[in-house]
Amino acid sequence: MEKLSFVGKSLPRKDALIKATGRAQYAADRDFAGMLHAAAVRSPRPRIKILSISDKAARRVPGYVTLVTYKDIKGVNKWPVVMQDYPFLPQGEARFAGETVALVVADSARAAKKAAALVEIKYKELPSVADPLKALEKGSVKIYGKDNIVSSFVIKKGAVDKAFEKAAFTVEGEFSTNYQVHAYLETQGAVAVPEADGGMTVHSSTQCPFYVLDAVAAALALPYHKVKILQTVTGGGFGGKEDVPALVASHAALCAAKTGRPVKLIYGRKEDFQSMSKRHPGWARVAYAADKNGRITACRVKYVLDGGAYSTLSPIVLWRGTVHAAGPYKIANVDIQTYAAATNKVPCGAFRGFGQPQICFAQESLIDELAEKVGVDPVQFRLNNLLAPGDKTITGQKLNSSCGLKEVVQAVKRRSGWDKKVLSPKRQGDVVTGIGFSATYYGVGLGAKGRYLDRAGAFVNVYKDSSVTVNVGNTEMGQGALTVLAQITAETLNAPYDSVRVEEVDSSKVPDSGPTVASRTTLMSGNAIIEAATPIRERVFKTAYDMLIAEGADASKPMLAAGGLFSMGGKVVDFKKVAAGCWDRRQKMSEQGWYAAPRTTFKMEDGQGDAYVIYSYSADAAEVEVDLRTGVAKVKKIWAAYDVGKIVNPRLAMGQAQGGILQGMSWAMFENLVYKNGIMVNPNFTDYVIATTADKPEYDIIFIEKPYAEGPYKAKGMGEVPLIGVAPAVANAIKNACGARVRSVPLLPEKIWNEIKKG
Amino acid sequence: MTSKTATFGLSCLVNGHKVEREIPSSRSLLDFIREDLGLKGTKEGCGEGECGACMVLVDGLAVNSCLMMAVQLHGKELVTIEGIKGKDGGLHPLQKTFMAEGAVQCGFCTPGLIIASEALLRRNPKATLEDIKLELAGNLCRCTGYEKVLSAVEKAKTAK
Ligand code: FES
Ligand code: FES
Repeated sequence: MEKLSFVGKSLPRKDALIKATGRAQYAADRDFAGMLHAAAVRSPRPRIKILSISDKAARRVPGYVTLVTYKDIKGVNKWPVVMQDYPFLPQGEARFAGETVALVVADSARAAKKAAALVEIKYKELPSVADPLKALEKGSVKIYGKDNIVSSFVIKKGAVDKAFEKAAFTVEGEFSTNYQVHAYLETQGAVAVPEADGGMTVHSSTQCPFYVLDAVAAALALPYHKVKILQTVTGGGFGGKEDVPALVASHAALCAAKTGRPVKLIYGRKEDFQSMSKRHPGWARVAYAADKNGRITACRVKYVLDGGAYSTLSPIVLWRGTVHAAGPYKIANVDIQTYAAATNKVPCGAFRGFGQPQICFAQESLIDELAEKVGVDPVQFRLNNLLAPGDKTITGQKLNSSCGLKEVVQAVKRRSGWDKKVLSPKRQGDVVTGIGFSATYYGVGLGAKGRYLDRAGAFVNVYKDSSVTVNVGNTEMGQGALTVLAQITAETLNAPYDSVRVEEVDSSKVPDSGPTVASRTTLMSGNAIIEAATPIRERVFKTAYDMLIAEGADASKPMLAAGGLFSMGGKVVDFKKVAAGCWDRRQKMSEQGWYAAPRTTFKMEDGQGDAYVIYSYSADAAEVEVDLRTGVAKVKKIWAAYDVGKIVNPRLAMGQAQGGILQGMSWAMFENLVYKNGIMVNPNFTDYVIATTADKPEYDIIFIEKPYAEGPYKAKGMGEVPLIGVAPAVANAIKNACGARVRSVPLLPEKIWNEIKKG
Repeated sequence: MTSKTATFGLSCLVNGHKVEREIPSSRSLLDFIREDLGLKGTKEGCGEGECGACMVLVDGLAVNSCLMMAVQLHGKELVTIEGIKGKDGGLHPLQKTFMAEGAVQCGFCTPGLIIASEALLRRNPKATLEDIKLELAGNLCRCTGYEKVLSAVEKAKTAK
């Protein structure tokens, strides 16, 4: 095994200092001379026909500059995201309450907000749909195509009906999950700055600068080379800054283009709730069949996501949910049908887990019920059915050796003291404590459905003073990309870690590298960096060797390179000297790199073939206390184990795991966004509760590093993995504690209490 | 709507320096800090007192600056994240432990969390883990899962 100097170490975060001292510049912190401010005018009702928009009253606000509507769009009025049904600004019809209908520009943010509130929209209300299941019914009002179906997939394998007929045991259940709001602490925002040559530079808080580039170029009808997207320090994303920042940035750019001045557009928290993407509410009916030995023989799933008013990322979110819908088990017969339905509510999109957590909650809850029917301990039942290297997934994909699923399950079983705890839930007065389990898998990267986007570029440049700059197309949003990618660069070049700087994305410096999503950054940008740095590395190593020889090193010994030093036969030379030496020899010290994910073979018609190139794996156990008098549940501890390949930075990975678990727990327990008659009722942190320090459970987390040969230093991808299995583990623990099987997330006290009462 | 806004002659101490400014009396403390003083380290996460990202010290107490009017600062001392320093003028122990523990991810909550922790440790240098949890429950962080935040504050107690 190769000895590594930088990869695999908890090196300090590159951006920690500027963040801890308040010097980091987020979008709202950037000011420009002559800058104006924009605010959005929003649709008040679920579905309206816009008759007129008037700024008569708004004009009287001191500092008012102008109104921007669809008429100001020079390009095509279609935001270029997957299906292109979302206008930058609506012309005739606005399709959800909170949709941006127009923008107001003024000389201060306060004036812009005040004026926006005074813009008058005359409209006629149109019939609308709120419930996704009703939207799919024949007689429903049609708001999207002829059937309100935004997207639909199938996976079909074997003979499902027959398997259910022959089964010794079957279970079936209906499950649902509510929205989740990303609640990134930094709301959406962008600053657009017009350039002298008619171009536009946009400073954007985003995960996906190249989506922003596509959108701004389209809205302004500019060639790409006249548009530059600079990613600002981004205050959290979690999927919420995947697609929608492109809309926000385009709005800022339209205002800047119209006024000829820089324009800042920063969202308030309420409008961010109302109009930006969310985790889809999910509904699923799942059934499993097992033979008399407790082997799962069949799985049937109908899964519906509430897509909201526009398709945005629903097709790909739904597809990921579809591929993973039966759980990480060997199952010969499957029938999976999935739908994203249109409703007149906020469009839903990417959120850590991307369509998996909703269906995972359903199927992992139901697996426990199946185990109970079979009469086997739920962890043992899982172990009897889990996928292993060489096994085929429900899409017929054969898993390679980088599959540590059994190991992660065993690890969590052991560390949590499962065997003892599960048999004897503790009871103290009215408080009972139970334990629950879940196992999951996660296809890393965009997979077959997004394969055209699954590539990434990198540019590596070694200066004469030996400092190194790296440009990549994937972003830092808090997860630690700048740090992990610097470690990979340092390792490849044998350059000191401190000398490497990975820059925030500038769309003009690297080719389109696809989105920063799907836990793909380490893998994709990491591999692109390695490709760029490898030829430089060869020059550096050759030069180091020559320099050591020139210094009289004993060449009978091999040259060692570690930690930024090169040594051979008693002589040592450091990277700084070697870099200077390379420059003296007029070596090429900058290179481009490119990595495209290997081909996948998945067919949409039957859902068979390789869906993703590689999978990560996880297992969770949750210990939960339930108060029998009130139904209030508290998560005490979560044990988790992950196989996400080689860990590049253990401290960062641990932080990702803890943060992901808490987001998953918070969604499972508290987060409850409410719509009433098509209007969001609680768009704020007082009424939409997320976990605080007081709710934090204890964490016990380990990594089982199954090397992935194609990964950068054998890494896979981890960002999303920790969130996915938390909700079902918690629900299963509540069942274990008090017998209450709650089939809908969030697992609110009233739902638990109702089940307890039923007995 | 063209009516003149009332103004106020504000005098206060900001990060150790005397500041005198004529400001509209309707100015929030957060806007005063970010716009009038140009101190951008104080963040706005909600504008409604729900997240703690805008926390600053006023006479040593942690307050959500979005909920306070700038005029209320009159005659008082304001410390923002830019004024948080160690005894030697370098990094404050909390800044060091936040960095070392890995308590900083996206960083948007970090200034507020450091301010809240500083206020607690000034008041109660021996704060227990439970005290810290309780005190920081008004500071939302969506990234870290809080574990490393809590350990950073614990370690800063002895690093003082
Ligand atoms: S911005 Fe002041 S508490 Fe959120
Ligand atoms: S580090 Fe992102 S919100 Fe706390």
